[in-house]
Amino acid sequence: MNESVIARVDWVSLLLYCLLVCFGLANIYSATYIEGSNSLMSLSDPAGKQLFFALLSLLTGGFLLALRVKFFEQFTQPAYLTALVLLLGLFVFGKTISGARSWYVFGGIQLQPAEFSKLATALMLAKIISQFQTNLKNFRSLAKVAAIVIIPALLIVIQPDPGSALVFGAFFFVLFREGLNYLFLVVLGSALLVFILTLLFEIPIVITLIIVLLSLIYFLLKRLKYKPKLMPFILFGVLASGFTFSVDFIFNDVFEQRHRDRFNIILGKEVDTQGIGYNINQSKIAIGSGGFQGKGFLKGTQTKGDFVPEQHTDYIFSTIGEEWGFLGSFFVVLCFAALIIRIQYQAEKQTSQFRRVFCYSLSSILFVHFLINIGMSLGMIPTIGIPLLFVSYGGSSLLATSMMFFIYLNMDANRLRDW
Amino acid sequence: MQRSFFLPVLTLVIALVFAVKLVQLQLVNTFYSSLSQNNAVVERALYPERGFIYDRNGALLVTNKPSYDLMVIPENLTEFDTLELLHLIQLGKDEFENRLRKAKKYSRKLPTTIVSALSQETHAVLQEKIWKHQGFYLQKKSVRDYRKPIAANVLGYVSEVNNNDLKKDPYYQKGELIGRQGIEKYYEKYLRGIKGKEFLQKDKFNRIIGSYEGGSFDVPPIQANDIILTLDETLQEYGEHLMQNKRGGIVALEPSSGEILALVSAPSYDPAILVGRKRSANYRELSLDTLAKPLFDRGLQAQYAPGSPFKVLNALIALQEDVLNPKTQFRCNKGHFYARGAFMECHCPLRTKNNLTQAIYKSCNSYFSKTYKGIIEAFDTPQEGIERWKKHLQSFGLGNYLGYDLAVGKPGYIPGADYYNRAYGEKGWKAPTIISNAIGQGEILTTPIQMANFTAAIANRGYYVKPHFMKEIRGDSEMGKYEKKQTTIDSVHFETVVDGMHKVVEYGTARIARIKGIEVCGKTGTVENFMLLNGKKQQLTDHSMFIAFAPKENPQIALAVFVENGYWGARWAAPIASLMIEKYLNKEVKRRWLENRIVNGSLLEEYNKPFSGKPFKINQ
Repeated sequence: MNESVIARVDWVSLLLYCLLVCFGLANIYSATYIEGSNSLMSLSDPAGKQLFFALLSLLTGGFLLALRVKFFEQFTQPAYLTALVLLLGLFVFGKTISGARSWYVFGGIQLQPAEFSKLATALMLAKIISQFQTNLKNFRSLAKVAAIVIIPALLIVIQPDPGSALVFGAFFFVLFREGLNYLFLVVLGSALLVFILTLLFEIPIVITLIIVLLSLIYFLLKRLKYKPKLMPFILFGVLASGFTFSVDFIFNDVFEQRHRDRFNIILGKEVDTQGIGYNINQSKIAIGSGGFQGKGFLKGTQTKGDFVPEQHTDYIFSTIGEEWGFLGSFFVVLCFAALIIRIQYQAEKQTSQFRRVFCYSLSSILFVHFLINIGMSLGMIPTIGIPLLFVSYGGSSLLATSMMFFIYLNMDANRLRDW
Repeated sequence: MQRSFFLPVLTLVIALVFAVKLVQLQLVNTFYSSLSQNNAVVERALYPERGFIYDRNGALLVTNKPSYDLMVIPENLTEFDTLELLHLIQLGKDEFENRLRKAKKYSRKLPTTIVSALSQETHAVLQEKIWKHQGFYLQKKSVRDYRKPIAANVLGYVSEVNNNDLKKDPYYQKGELIGRQGIEKYYEKYLRGIKGKEFLQKDKFNRIIGSYEGGSFDVPPIQANDIILTLDETLQEYGEHLMQNKRGGIVALEPSSGEILALVSAPSYDPAILVGRKRSANYRELSLDTLAKPLFDRGLQAQYAPGSPFKVLNALIALQEDVLNPKTQFRCNKGHFYARGAFMECHCPLRTKNNLTQAIYKSCNSYFSKTYKGIIEAFDTPQEGIERWKKHLQSFGLGNYLGYDLAVGKPGYIPGADYYNRAYGEKGWKAPTIISNAIGQGEILTTPIQMANFTAAIANRGYYVKPHFMKEIRGDSEMGKYEKKQTTIDSVHFETVVDGMHKVVEYGTARIARIKGIEVCGKTGTVENFMLLNGKKQQLTDHSMFIAFAPKENPQIALAVFVENGYWGARWAAPIASLMIEKYLNKEVKRRWLENRIVNGSLLEEYNKPFSGKPFKINQ
C-alpha cells in the first residue's frame, strides 16, 4: 500500500477524460477555423483559449490529486459560501454577455461562477447528507438539503441563465440514490409526462388521458390483488389536472414566444415557416451530412459556412457529426456514457458516504449535460444553452468540471486511505 | 430494484436512443447527405417598398424610384481585371482597395456596398459585364423620389445606417436605409415595413440554383404603410415661395384639429439633393452654412422673444384674474413711468385713454404694462403672482415641448419665481423689475409653432389640440386621436380679445392684412434682438412678427409668421400671413401687387450687414 497515487488512479476514467478533452479541442479548432488566421498559440482564438484552460485544468488536477481527502471535507463550507458570494457579486460586478449577467471579466479571461458553484454545491450536499443526523425520510433534513441545492440555482436563474440552473436538477439523481422516497420519482416522472401531454393536446384530452390512465393502473393493481386504496388515486388525478391547467397558463402567459417556439418545434406542433427552426435544422443537416465516415477534419462545409450558430460552444456536437461522421459521434456518445457509468460504478464502492455522494454528483451532472446537449443537437430536446462538458468551448466549465473530476480521482484512488 | 441501478440504466437507455437517432440521421436517411453535397445556402433580405407620403388632399409628396448598388461578398472574390471595373464605376484604385479592405473587415460572408446609387448609364453597362467579376453583384434598391422641392424640413430624408444605428438596433444591416430626420425618422417603423428574408441554394460553382427547401424557411416582407400628412401641399409651396430671400418661418394650423397645414422654414433646400451619390457632399455643404442654417427648422427650433402678440395673452390672464374687465381704461402719455425714473415709451399720442380693445389694436405699451403689473400685484407676493401667470401660460403650451410628431424642437422659456429669485434675490424684485414681460420682451422665449398654437387656442376660444403632422397611417386605424386641451382661461373672456385682434386688421397696426370678404384677426409684433459680434452685444434690425387667424367666426386657419430682421410686423410678416390666408381660404390670390412685393423683396442685404465689417444702421 505504499505505491504513489499515480498507480492507484482510475486510469479508465482518466483516459476517457483525456479523449473527450482532446477531441473537443480539435473540434473547437475546426469550428472556429478561418483560413490563414488561426493559431493554437494565440489566446485571442477560442481554440487557443481552450488549450490554455485544458493545461490549467491538468495543472490544477495534479495539485488536487496531491491533497488529502480530509481537506475537501474541511474545505466544504468555505467553498460553498464563496460560491454564493461570487454569485451574488455578479449583480454588482458582473458583466452582461448576450443578455445574462453571469460573467466576471479579468483582462481577456472571463469566468462564470455558476460553473464553480456546481462543484461547491456537490461538496456541500455530500457533507450534509453524510452527517449522521441527516435522514432523507425526515422533513427537516429534506428541507435543509433542498435549500442547499435551490439557493445557488435560484441565483443563477435570475442572472438569467435558466439553462445552467437546470443542471442543478442533476442532484435529484443523487438524492434518489441516497434514499429519497419513491413518491418523488413518481411525481416528477408524471409531471414531465403531463407537461409534454399538455403541450401536445388540448386540456380536455389531457384530463381524459389522466383519468383513463389512473383507472387502468387502479384496476390493474386490483386484479393483481394489491388492494389499492381509492383516495390517493383521486387525489393524484385532481393534482395532475391542476398541473395541466397551470402548465397551460405558464406556457401561454408566462413563457416568451421564443421559449414556446423551441418546444413547439421539437414537438412538431408548429410547421416552421418563420425561420426559427433554422438552427436546429442546420444542426441536423450538419450531423446528417456527415454520413458514416464524416467529411474529415477541417472539411465540414456546414461548419465552415457558419450555418450553425454557437457551433464551438453549445452546438459542438454538430461539428463532430459533420466532420467525423457516425464513427466520431457514436464514439463521443460511447465515451460519455462509459465515463458516467464508470464513475457511478466506482462511487458505489466507496464506503464513506461523503465521498460517494460527491462522486455520484459528478456523474449526475455529466449525465444531465450529456442528455440535454446531445439531445438538443439531434433535435430531440428544446434548445437549452448548456455545453457538452469537457468537449464544448468554455474555460470556466472545463476548469470547474475538471476540478470535480480530479477530486473524484483523488477520492477513488484513496478509497481505503486518508481517514 | 436497487436504487443504485437507476442512473446507470437511464444512461444506457439515453445512449441507446442517441445511437438510434444517429443511425437514422447519418446512415439511413439520405435526405441530409444529398443536401450536403454542396449545401451552401445564402440568406438574402427582401425589402418591402418604403411607404409613400401624401398631403392632406391626397397629392403625392414622396415616392420611390429604383437605384442600383454594386455589392461585394469578399469570400467569393477571385483574381479579376480591376482596371475595367474601376473605369466603369469611376473610382480610384486606392479608394477601391480601401473599400474592399473595409468590406473584408466587416464580414467575409456578408455583402457590403462598394458603390451606392450607380447612374442609369453605369448600371446599364455594368449589368452586361458583372458576370466577369466573381464576388460582385448588382443590387436593386429603391430610393426616395421627391415630387416637389418643398417641405424638406418636415419630410426629412433617409440615408444609410451608420455604425451607431447598427449597434442600437439589430434590425438594420450595413448598407440599409434609415429615416434620418422629420417624418422619415419619426414614422420610420411604419414607412420601412419589416424586411423579410429568403434562403437560396447555391451549387458548387456558387451559382444560385433556387430556393432552399422550397422556401419553407423564407419570411415574406411585411408591407410598409403609406402615410397621409396634414400638410397642404399648395399652401406649403406658396409659403416657401413667399419666404424666398428671407429668413424666418411660417406655421399654419387648422385650429379645430391641431393639424399642421404648413411649416415653412426659410431658407430651406430641395429634399432631392439628399438622395443618391452626391448626398454626403450636399449634406456637408448644408451643414457648413452656419449663417443661413438651412438645416435649422426655424418654425420648430428658433426661440425668439414673442413681442407684442404676447400682449393678448396678458390681456386674457388679466381678464381671468379679474384684474381687468373689458371696459377698464388706462391713460398713456407717449408712454408712462412704470417706476420712479423709469419710463417706457409708446407710440400713442399724449393724453390718450384706451380701453382693452383699443389697447390691443393700437398695441399700447402703457396699457399692457399696467395690466401686467396688476396681475403680478394681485397676489400677496410677486412670487405668487408670477407663478400664477406662468401656470396660465403653460396651459397654452408655452415653456415646454408641445409634443408634436417630429423629433426636433425647443421648449421655449417662461420665467417663474425661481428664476427671478436667483437673479435678484427673494426680496429684490417686484412687478416693475420684470415689466418687459408685459410686452413680450424680457426673458420669455417662444418658438413659432408655440405662437401658432396659442393663436389657435385663441381662435378656438379656449382650447387647443396638440399640433401634429399625421393625418392617417394607411392600414393602421389607431392613429389620429388627439384630445382637446383646455386652457385655464374661461371662454367668455376671449370675445373681447378676439374683437381687439379683429380691429388690429380693420383699423389698427396691420391694415395691410385685410382681405376682402374674410374677417381676419391678428396681432403684429416688432421684436428687438441682439447678437454677439466680435464679443460685443450688437442690436440688429427688429424681427417682423405676426400672428393671425381667419375667419373670425368658425376659424379655418391660424398662423404665426416670423421674418428675421424684417423690422415692423406690418412690413413683412403681416402681408405674408394675409397672403397665406387668402391662398388657403380662397384658393387664389387676387392681390397680385402685394404678392409681387413680398416675393421680390429680399432681406439678404440686411443679413449681410453685421458681417460686412463696416458700421451699419438698423431699423431702416
